Order: sequence, then structure tokens, then C-alpha cells
Amino acid sequence: MNDAVAIRVEAALGDFRLDVSLALAEAGVTAVLGPSGSGKSTLLRCVAGLEPAARGRIAMGAEVWLDSQRRIAVPTHRRRVGVVFQDSGLFPHLSVRGNLDYALRRTRARPVSFDEVVGQLGIETLLERRTARLSGGEKQRVAIARALLTAPRLLLLDEPLASLDVRARGEILELLRRLLVRTPIPVLYVTHMRSEALHLADRIVLLEGGRVRGVGPVREVAISAEAGRLASAGELGAVVEAEVCAVDEAHELSTLAFAGGTLAVPGHLPLGERRRIEVLARDVSLALEEPRRTSILNVLPARVVEVRDARTPQPIVVVTVGETRMLARISRRSVEQLGIREGVAVYAQVKAVAVIP
Amino acid sequence: MSEDLRALVLTLQLASVSTVVLLVLGTPLAWWLARSRARWTGVIEAAVALPLVLPPTVLGFYLLIALGPEGPVGTLGGALGLGPLVFSFSGLVVGSVLYSLPFVVQPLQASFEEVGPSVLDAAATLGAGPLDRFLTVAAPLARRGFLVAAVLGFAHTLGEFGVVLMIGGNIPGETRVVSIAIYEHVETLDYGAAHRLSALLLAFSFAILLVVYASARRVGWSKRP
Repeated sequence: MNDAVAIRVEAALGDFRLDVSLALAEAGVTAVLGPSGSGKSTLLRCVAGLEPAARGRIAMGAEVWLDSQRRIAVPTHRRRVGVVFQDSGLFPHLSVRGNLDYALRRTRARPVSFDEVVGQLGIETLLERRTARLSGGEKQRVAIARALLTAPRLLLLDEPLASLDVRARGEILELLRRLLVRTPIPVLYVTHMRSEALHLADRIVLLEGGRVRGVGPVREVAISAEAGRLASAGELGAVVEAEVCAVDEAHELSTLAFAGGTLAVPGHLPLGERRRIEVLARDVSLALEEPRRTSILNVLPARVVEVRDARTPQPIVVVTVGETRMLARISRRSVEQLGIREGVAVYAQVKAVAVIP
Repeated sequence: MSEDLRALVLTLQLASVSTVVLLVLGTPLAWWLARSRARWTGVIEAAVALPLVLPPTVLGFYLLIALGPEGPVGTLGGALGLGPLVFSFSGLVVGSVLYSLPFVVQPLQASFEEVGPSVLDAAATLGAGPLDRFLTVAAPLARRGFLVAAVLGFAHTLGEFGVVLMIGGNIPGETRVVSIAIYEHVETLDYGAAHRLSALLLAFSFAILLVVYASARRVGWSKRP
């Protein structure tokens, strides 16, 4: 039996002020996405009980962790939160096994299978190693295993990939996706990388200047105007949930069906598998008539919903393809010449699609 | 020689007892100084560092007054029937502890500060309470600080002279430590005896330091793993 988490915290740290209200469901990954200095890590530290300046109320189901009006502040070691820190926080004086045992020995809850967790994270061969001899990616694997061995009621990850090189980053991201997708507890994942949030999260909380600027399912927040303002130009795009419905072996193409149409992507994907795909705004162009004899595989009939940033040289056009919204970044001249405005029927030409692994 | 031997044994007793007391008192003090963000920690730090700059005779003088039968500590001791603290072994321990305090507190504080908050935060999230965190994370990581503190506290007490002279005097078997005995041999122009004791103290001090530092290096207690 798991519980939802209700968070309402304020913390004043020098000039900075964090003021956040947030509710987490019984399970699922909530990504807190925001630029550096937005207060993401402070928020996580408040929830973990590591921030003495935290005021407000935090409740884990029926259990109150913080209630500054009633002068309740449950110390971190009694909260049963698993935390993975950016710098891993491994104990340098203990071996990998020593670090894991440290967590296991202090777990008062249902016993967690040591072998199972070690197997899931692929660290069987590292157990006798000293932590100073581990690579960055190995350190984070051990740190994640250690956090899981406490049988936490809430898992908090604070930029766990930030200190890793590109290869280790991809590796750990894939590991986390497999690990978190069916995790039975709420997970709060703090990151400044949009791509990490899109990969892992069910919901996104946009944080800026210590305040929540947007919250909702990934597919909604990803295309929101606030997300557009916070994202860098190249990474803005829509996230679409889709299922592999056909595979063209001869041309090595897979077709994915989503609410509103289909998209062909290169490569073999297992039939019937659900995938999250990302369509970047810069990879979508618009045409008033159905393009024929084009090299672009994916042409989708769509309708314009909104033109954002209309005065900038490159406005964002929001279109719906069936029930699914997508973004297209086109030039202002094209907007004017084609008469793009709300309600206009167009064809969206999708030049590239990224399948999120 | 038996007089000198008694002085040597007394010196080692004093240094051992003082070191134990110093570690017991200095550890919580150093931990607090390393972790506290209160503004007046600076006052305490300055007070702890005083013996580094103060002539031992000044410290000894104030101790003489405080511990004497008329002084606050002496009066308290008299009321409790503990007897006088001045010119006694217990008085020497009190003096040595104050005199060597910075040599124990400062290395401990530095090594506690080096432990840093991140591993302690991690330990808290793993279910370790404050004392548990100290014993299982901070103390093992600061073990080099403990080693240095113990060695410096011990060695510094071995070489103590001024404070002892002021509050201990020169009672054989009670307060006559090696440094006092050497001083007396020189005063009585017995250079042979002074040589023997001095050389013994020199060799002994070097031997302790050598054993400690060499073994620290071998078991990987030095700073870099």
C-alpha cells in the first residue's frame, strides 16, 4: 500500500525564495525540470528533510513529515526516502558491498532482496571494489542500488546524470527507464535536461525562480508555451505516445500508430511495443496542399490551433493531428505567405522522428 | 637513576591520561566547531587556540590561582573533599589538557570539516541517526585527524614544562616529570644525568612519531587512499 505525497514548502535562502505546492500520485515518475538556480535541488532537499530552512507542510499519505505550524519536522533518517545525489554520496571508507550493507542494515521495513537489486543494476562484479576505484557510471549504479535497498516510500533523484560523460549518461538513463517504469512508489526526478524528463517522466513540473510554472503529463507540458520559453530553440518539440503497428523488413522501417495517424521511423522495432516518440518543432514544416512526389515519409493532415511568438522571425505553430498536438517552427514570412492562422487545414511534413528508447 | 625512572614513568602516565581526556573532550568540541554555523563559534575557536600563543607561565599562573585553595576550582574541590589540585597529579592533568587542547581540537576540526556534508546527508537518507552518522561515517573518515590529534596531544604533553613548573612544582613521584628533572640536573650541574634523560626523551619521542607515521602510511591511513 503506497501513499500519495502532498508537498507545500517555502524556503528562504538569502535572496532566493522557494515557494512550491505539489502533489505526487502513489506511483510514477515526476520530473522537476528547470534551469540551474530554479530551486529544484532545494525542493528535493526540503522533501528529504535536509533543508533546515524548509517551512510548510509535507505529508506522505497519513504520515506528516513537516508541519511548521505544528512544529513537526521528522528528521531525514526517519522519513524513509531514498535519495540519489548528483555526486553519488558513496562512502569512500567502505567497499561497494559495505555501502550497500550500510543501507540494508538500517532498513526497518520489509526486507529488500540484496541479490535482486544488485542484479537489476548489474553491479555483481563490483561488490568488493573500493568506491574510489569506480567510474562515474558505476558510482551512480551503486548509489541507485543503495537507495533502493532502504525500501524507500519515496525515491528522490537529484540530477543523477549531471556528472557523467555522454556514454555513461545514456547507459544510466536506459537503466533508470527500465527501473522506474514500473516502480510502485512515487519518484521525484530533478533535472535541468529536457531530454531526461521526456525519457523518464510521467509528469513534468516546470520550475523557475523557485515557483512552479507548469505541471501536467509529459505530452502536455512538453508543448506548452512555458516549456517553449524554458527550452533552447533546438530541443523544443512534441512528445507522442505510439505503438508499433507494422514493420517493413525490406526497407527497414517501422510504423508507429498514435492518436491521429501513423509515423514511419527507420529501424526494426518489436511489433506491438509502446514507445514514446519525440517530434522536434524544427523538423516539422507545413504545406497548404498535400505534397506529392516528396522524399519525406511522414506527411500528416493537420489543423492549426495557434501561432505562438508571431512577431519573432521564427514563430511556433501548434497543430493538431487527430487528437495529438505537434509543433512546427517555420519562418514568419511563411506564416504570412501561406496565411497560417487558427483553424487553417495544413499538411505537416515530419522530416525526422526520434524514438525515445 | 631510580628518581629519573620515576620521573619518566610519571611523564608517560601524565601524557597518556591527558591524551585520553583530550580526545574525550576535544572530539565533541571539534565536531561542534566543524558543524556549527553560529556566529560566536569564532570566540570559542580563538579561546581554544590561546595556548598556542600564550607563554605557558601565563596559563600556569591563572591555573595556579584558579586551582589553589582560595581559587574557584580549588574551593569547589575542597568543598567536595577532593583535596587540593595544585601540586598534585590531577592538577597536572588539568593543566596539560588546557595547554594541549589546540593540538587536539584543530586537527580534529580540520578533518571533520573535510568529511563534508554530502556523505553525512547520504547517511541520513539511509536511515542513520546523528550519533550513528558520527560513529560510522564521520569518525572513520576523520581517522587520520584522530591519529594526528592523539600523537600531537601526547607529544606536546611530554614536552610540557612551564605549566608544570607553575602548578605542579617538583614533587618526586607526584609532579616531577622528565622536563622538570632535566632542568634540575642542569641547575645542579649534573650534566651527565641531564644528557641521559634528554637523549632518552628525544629518542622516545622520535620513536613514537616514527612508529605512528610509518604504520599510518602502511595501512593507508594517509590522506590520499
